[in-house]
Amino acid sequence: MLRSRIIPCLLVHKKGLVKTTEFKDPKYVGDPINAVKIFNEKEADELMVLDIDASVEGRGPDFELIRNLAIECRMPFCYGGGITSVVEAKKIIGLGAEKIAISSAAINNPLLIKEIAKAVGTQSVVVVLDVKKKGLLGDYEIYIHNGKERTGIKFKEILKTLNEIGVGELVINSIDDDGKMTGYNFKLFDIARNAVDFPMTILGGVGSLDDIQTAINRYKTIGTAAGSLFVFKGKYKAVLINYPNREERNKLYQLQR
Amino acid sequence: MITIIDYGSGNINSIGNIYKNLKIPFKIAGTPNEVTGAEKLFLPGVGAFDETISKLDETGFRTVLDEEVLVNKVPILGICVGMQILAESSEEGILPGLGYIKGKVRKLDEALLTDKPKLPHLGWNSISLSGSNALFENIDPKVGFYFLHTYYFDCSNIDDVVSNTFYGQTFASAVSRENVYGVQFHPEKSHRNGIQLLHNFAKI
Repeated sequence: MLRSRIIPCLLVHKKGLVKTTEFKDPKYVGDPINAVKIFNEKEADELMVLDIDASVEGRGPDFELIRNLAIECRMPFCYGGGITSVVEAKKIIGLGAEKIAISSAAINNPLLIKEIAKAVGTQSVVVVLDVKKKGLLGDYEIYIHNGKERTGIKFKEILKTLNEIGVGELVINSIDDDGKMTGYNFKLFDIARNAVDFPMTILGGVGSLDDIQTAINRYKTIGTAAGSLFVFKGKYKAVLINYPNREERNKLYQLQR
Repeated sequence: MITIIDYGSGNINSIGNIYKNLKIPFKIAGTPNEVTGAEKLFLPGVGAFDETISKLDETGFRTVLDEEVLVNKVPILGICVGMQILAESSEEGILPGLGYIKGKVRKLDEALLTDKPKLPHLGWNSISLSGSNALFENIDPKVGFYFLHTYYFDCSNIDDVVSNTFYGQTFASAVSRENVYGVQFHPEKSHRNGIQLLHNFAKI
């Protein structure tokens, strides 16, 4: 039976791992390589690492970090941050990452997705959409540069474009829910699930394994990603890298096809 | 010594990293000459069938592989598309495969799947072993492996199927015949089971 993927999403800021709230207030939670070692130990389904500085600083990917992460990683590993060219994407795959995630570059130039897909295979191209609602009655819109820049592009529009182009996987990241641990915003994710056919991973707001269970029940096969849940423990959010054990996960996977 | 064939397709580094950690000697062969006299061959592969087999032809690896695998009976393990090209042909392309194991590569049937996303078959899935095989010693079939593919190996001879996996339909997730082995999943990204399988191959 195919299982949904429970994916820790790690954010890199100034070479360390951080966790943000609404894309702000980065709190240091540890060393990236050490975290990968722990997730190896716990046999996490997959791992996503996003460098949240690269695009903002207008620099390329940190290849040294990617190399070191890939050497450690015993699970499929997706890297995002600062990728703007086919050459960079190829290099990252060559270093041992399974997938590369693009956000700003894909939104500015959707044709780049096609070019990268031609070089590394569609299955390795992940597009991350950082989404936020403008005003209470407004539409969902796409933000770039770690949520700092409003593009004015409507969520539905970009989904249509992406469905025509075709990508390996789509990650929907809800800015409003980031770090809040109050549950997933299914309204937002439903829009995407209905609009596109390819694999999807949802991110933003997970506070408990129950939230993951709800997502799996709703979408059957889905990538359920979380940040805070896997780096904090308890009411006071003490930093502790964690991941559900095999028994807990088997329960979560139960209702799947 | 395991010889990993580097013909410009597949994740060479991930496999090398695992063998390095296991302290199992390996080398990466970038030219056909380096394959001659190999003790064990590792054939990675990603992308489309024709593109992959063309790369193997263009780089001149195919001739030396035929010699080592068919004549000298050197054990070979193909993973993902590296497994698929062990077949005779594929629905995905028009070029003939290596033909080391009889069968044809076909597309998974979308009509048998009910929920989005249908294809590719992406994620962790269990396997069921059809018998004992040295490659699968000490492996937990329930935990299974990480898959990412749209096509599967339809074996002509059922005896060549080592393990099956279900995704809308039952398909061969591992095949073997004599010295030829192939797995559809990615052992290099499948934690303990994957490391165990790579270790097992080294011991064959």
